[in-house]
Amino acid sequence: MKKLALSALNAFYSKISETKTLIAPIESAGQVDFGVWSEGAQVRLDVLKTVKSAKGAFFPQVEDMVRFHVQGKNIEIDPAEVMDEDFVIFGVRACDARSFELLDRVFLSDPVDPFYAARRAHGTVVTLACGEPEETCFCTNFGIDAADPKGDVSAWIVGEAMYLRANTEKGEALIEGLDDAEDGAVGETQASIRAIAEKLPFGRLNLTGFDGDHLMERFSDPKWAELSRACLGCGTCTFVCPTCQCYDVRDFDTGNGIQRYRCWDSCMYSDFTLMAHGTNRPTQLERFRQRFMHKLVYFPSNNEGLYSCVGCGRCLAKCPQGLHIVKVIKALGVKDNA
Amino acid sequence: MHDNIIPMLGVVTEIRTDTPDIKTFRVEAIGGGKCFEHKPGQCAMLSIPGVGEAMFSITSSPTVKDYQEFSIKKCGCLTEWLHQMDVGQQITIRGPYGKPFPVDDALLGKDLLFIAGGVGLAPLHSVINYVLDNRKNYGKVDIVYGSRSKEDLLDLPEIQSSWMDPKNDMNVHLTIDRAQDNWDGHVAFVPTYVKELGFDPDKNVLVCGPPIMIKFVLQALTELGFEKTQIYTTMELRMKCGVGKCGRCNIGDKYVCKDGPVFRFDELGELPSEY
Repeated sequence: MKKLALSALNAFYSKISETKTLIAPIESAGQVDFGVWSEGAQVRLDVLKTVKSAKGAFFPQVEDMVRFHVQGKNIEIDPAEVMDEDFVIFGVRACDARSFELLDRVFLSDPVDPFYAARRAHGTVVTLACGEPEETCFCTNFGIDAADPKGDVSAWIVGEAMYLRANTEKGEALIEGLDDAEDGAVGETQASIRAIAEKLPFGRLNLTGFDGDHLMERFSDPKWAELSRACLGCGTCTFVCPTCQCYDVRDFDTGNGIQRYRCWDSCMYSDFTLMAHGTNRPTQLERFRQRFMHKLVYFPSNNEGLYSCVGCGRCLAKCPQGLHIVKVIKALGVKDNA
Repeated sequence: MHDNIIPMLGVVTEIRTDTPDIKTFRVEAIGGGKCFEHKPGQCAMLSIPGVGEAMFSITSSPTVKDYQEFSIKKCGCLTEWLHQMDVGQQITIRGPYGKPFPVDDALLGKDLLFIAGGVGLAPLHSVINYVLDNRKNYGKVDIVYGSRSKEDLLDLPEIQSSWMDPKNDMNVHLTIDRAQDNWDGHVAFVPTYVKELGFDPDKNVLVCGPPIMIKFVLQALTELGFEKTQIYTTMELRMKCGVGKCGRCNIGDKYVCKDGPVFRFDELGELPSEY
């Protein structure tokens, strides 16, 4: 365990950024989001939920894949380079850290996605314990411990100091040189975080029956109609979600070649599955159902029961209609959730 | 390393107009030869930069040595563009994607019944020619193919000269939806014709066509005593990546691009009917 005075954090950021790009929760235009740190940036380690999740560090909202140069009938293909520089993402919460493991299941499974794999290989993740979990938090349902976040380095803020524990070689390299501290220094803080997590209003949902064995039962539940009725199809839930990984591939004429890029997309949108002969999910009911069925049934069915939700609560806070995954779990699940 | 999502170049070396809205494009690698090897029923992503990219079934059999063919119906933005291009046009291509029809295991030695409607013949064309080139490995072969009109029958010259050639020992049953001049063949919708022909339910069936046709063909086959485990189809959903990551073709816990597009009907029965 290492120790760093909070007053020395800025110097630490500065030192990291001498050799690596540093990404941290930074306040800009009144919002806190993960962004590239530079001298003078306002790092907000007190804010629990950035507007968007940390997934963009590994799966950017927009990412170039290949550029084409077209001349007459001829085409030239120029694939985009994968990331080849090290970076550090600092201040990731336990929920977002779990989302990286879930994204790994998608992008690192055969065939491996070269762009994502390169970012994962070059990234060092510094996680931060949550201090005071908020009432929209429900990570406890997914076996996530906000008091002991995973990552290359785990960090805790206790009083006027940050305590850091390296979990991997990459992590050790990042914090070597900092002052040593007692391993037990964060015990009390951990206990107080867990005491709050124990009492979260949505902290103990019953997820019995959300699995591949009950796929058709969950899918056919008549409650989807009522649940989805208010959905606007705005896609906000997918854009703030740390685990949503659907993407679109589009071409843009730059005037100097055609840039093909991928970008986040949403299964909540009416054109998501639209083809020349129509769409297989014609109403918002089917699209709404798809999003939650994927997270709570389809993904676990393919990933040893692992849910594609980390309980970060961003969708609870951001849905303009107050719809969210907790409502779905309670409505479709076993009776003691009611 | 980029191979699974970054395309390679292909060049269109021949264009055949099959029907008023279907053309077949022959694609070769730059410098000749196939862009890659494939198995019957697999697909490829074709693209024109700046226009779009979409998944198409590979129409030619893997036994064709020098090129691959794609029979494509004009029905959207990209396909309109493809229909306007000339020989010599370069396109981008990546693949092959998906699971093929089980021609080298479950279907070996079996009697086969192919049922196709309209452009639904395209993916089965690859299998039929593969079977034809390995004829001794399979039992009796029946093909039921129907379209709106005689002009809409895909590959009619090839069907008449090759598939109907007695030495190939395949029974071809053609039908069109409405009677017309210069057609003395059968007139009926495909499902009705299948019932009329009354096949013994000891065959394996490969079916592809419009969803409504597939639905009624399935009913007809069930009435004839076929089990769902004997019937295969190939599905079409919107796709972007082709490798099970972009999420578009997800149905239940399956991705049509990598777990399909070929499914047996008993497998489909375990999935939500969102296709």
